[in-house]
Amino acid sequence: MADPIHQFQLKTYTTLGHIGHTEIAFTNSSLFMLIAVGLITMFMLWGTSGRGLVPGRIQSMVELSYEFVANTVRSSAGNEGMRFFPFVFSLFMFVLILNLAGLIPYSFTVTSHIIITAALAVLVIGVVIVYGFMKHGTHFLGLFVPGGVPPVMLAILVPIEVISFISRPISLSVRLFANMLAGHIALKIFAGFIGSLLAAGAWGIISPLPLALTVALTALEVLVAVLQAYVFATLTSIYLNDALHPGH
Amino acid sequence: MAQTTHATTEAHGGAHEAGGAFPPFDSSTFGSQLVWLAIAFGALYLLMSKVALPRVTRILDERHGKISSDLEAAAKLKAQTDEAIATYEKALADARANAQAIAGETRDKLQAETDAKRKALEADLHGKLDAAERQIVEGKAKAMQNVRGIAADATSVIVQQLVGRTPSADEVDAAVSQSIGQ
Repeated sequence: MADPIHQFQLKTYTTLGHIGHTEIAFTNSSLFMLIAVGLITMFMLWGTSGRGLVPGRIQSMVELSYEFVANTVRSSAGNEGMRFFPFVFSLFMFVLILNLAGLIPYSFTVTSHIIITAALAVLVIGVVIVYGFMKHGTHFLGLFVPGGVPPVMLAILVPIEVISFISRPISLSVRLFANMLAGHIALKIFAGFIGSLLAAGAWGIISPLPLALTVALTALEVLVAVLQAYVFATLTSIYLNDALHPGH
Repeated sequence: MAQTTHATTEAHGGAHEAGGAFPPFDSSTFGSQLVWLAIAFGALYLLMSKVALPRVTRILDERHGKISSDLEAAAKLKAQTDEAIATYEKALADARANAQAIAGETRDKLQAETDAKRKALEADLHGKLDAAERQIVEGKAKAMQNVRGIAADATSVIVQQLVGRTPSADEVDAAVSQSIGQ
């Protein structure tokens, strides 16, 4: 049976140099990131090239994704949150296209690597913290102090709030990473069963079973890919709302 | 330098072997992934925030502007139509009132003329009636005068026949006056 982990292997195309002891290389991951950026940019620019008052097909899709993310940001972080709209939009499209591109057989899923999802999550929380302190100064720390609570309770609640804040980037990154990783492993294993069963003589008769499962799982994975991108964008908006309105 | 190259080559060789470090946790690849993520996401963010999204915003704004200006124009035209209708109705009401005024005036004038004619006629008739009445009274008085004359003549004749003497005119006149109670 094919190794289900092999698909996550980074393949180095060219080594570009070293920073300290770390090798910086152009890999399949880099390639897919650049493809995603290219696809998104092409989609956005091609779709808006007509600038039609009445949108065509591609322009409709562009406007749909624009309005979708804009509504997500607006409903979570209010109109003030729209200053982060380009950031959330880029995150959403980037994660979405990387997730979807990863579903194509023999392609590479960039978001199945925890370092990528963690970096994106840290970026989000970093923006929240930096903007929160820039806009509200020390008032931003009020985020950790729930209002209307007796001081004795604060001794318990403040650490809980701090832990919940720290766990945000962890949950944000692990959720996306784990979903992508588990989904692709499951797909690979079930797809692998088809080959193994066909090779096992008479057992080949039940090989349509894992094939059907693989088809069903592929549909599920498309859903998960879109859903996780949406969850990532929504949670980003909610966290950004904390930076905009730190009061409880 | 040679040592580092050796180390990375070894790490690479290990990673390529089946059963090497689980790829997502292979920290030797983190550096390049992070660098490329920064490049790719940075480029994407710049492209989206500087080029793509402002274009979409402009398109949507243009559409909203067009729709609202069209609605505004429609509202303006409707107001104009309403105004025209109001003007028309006012003109119609004015014309109607004018017509009624003219009709009333004409009626009043005719009425006045008729009244004047009737009054003139009535006055004329009254005058004629008065003249006639006066004539009757005069006639009556004249007649009464004649009756007195006749009575006096008759009296003097009767007295002459009875007494055989003609009474004086004064006596007859006094007697007649007494008999008719004057």
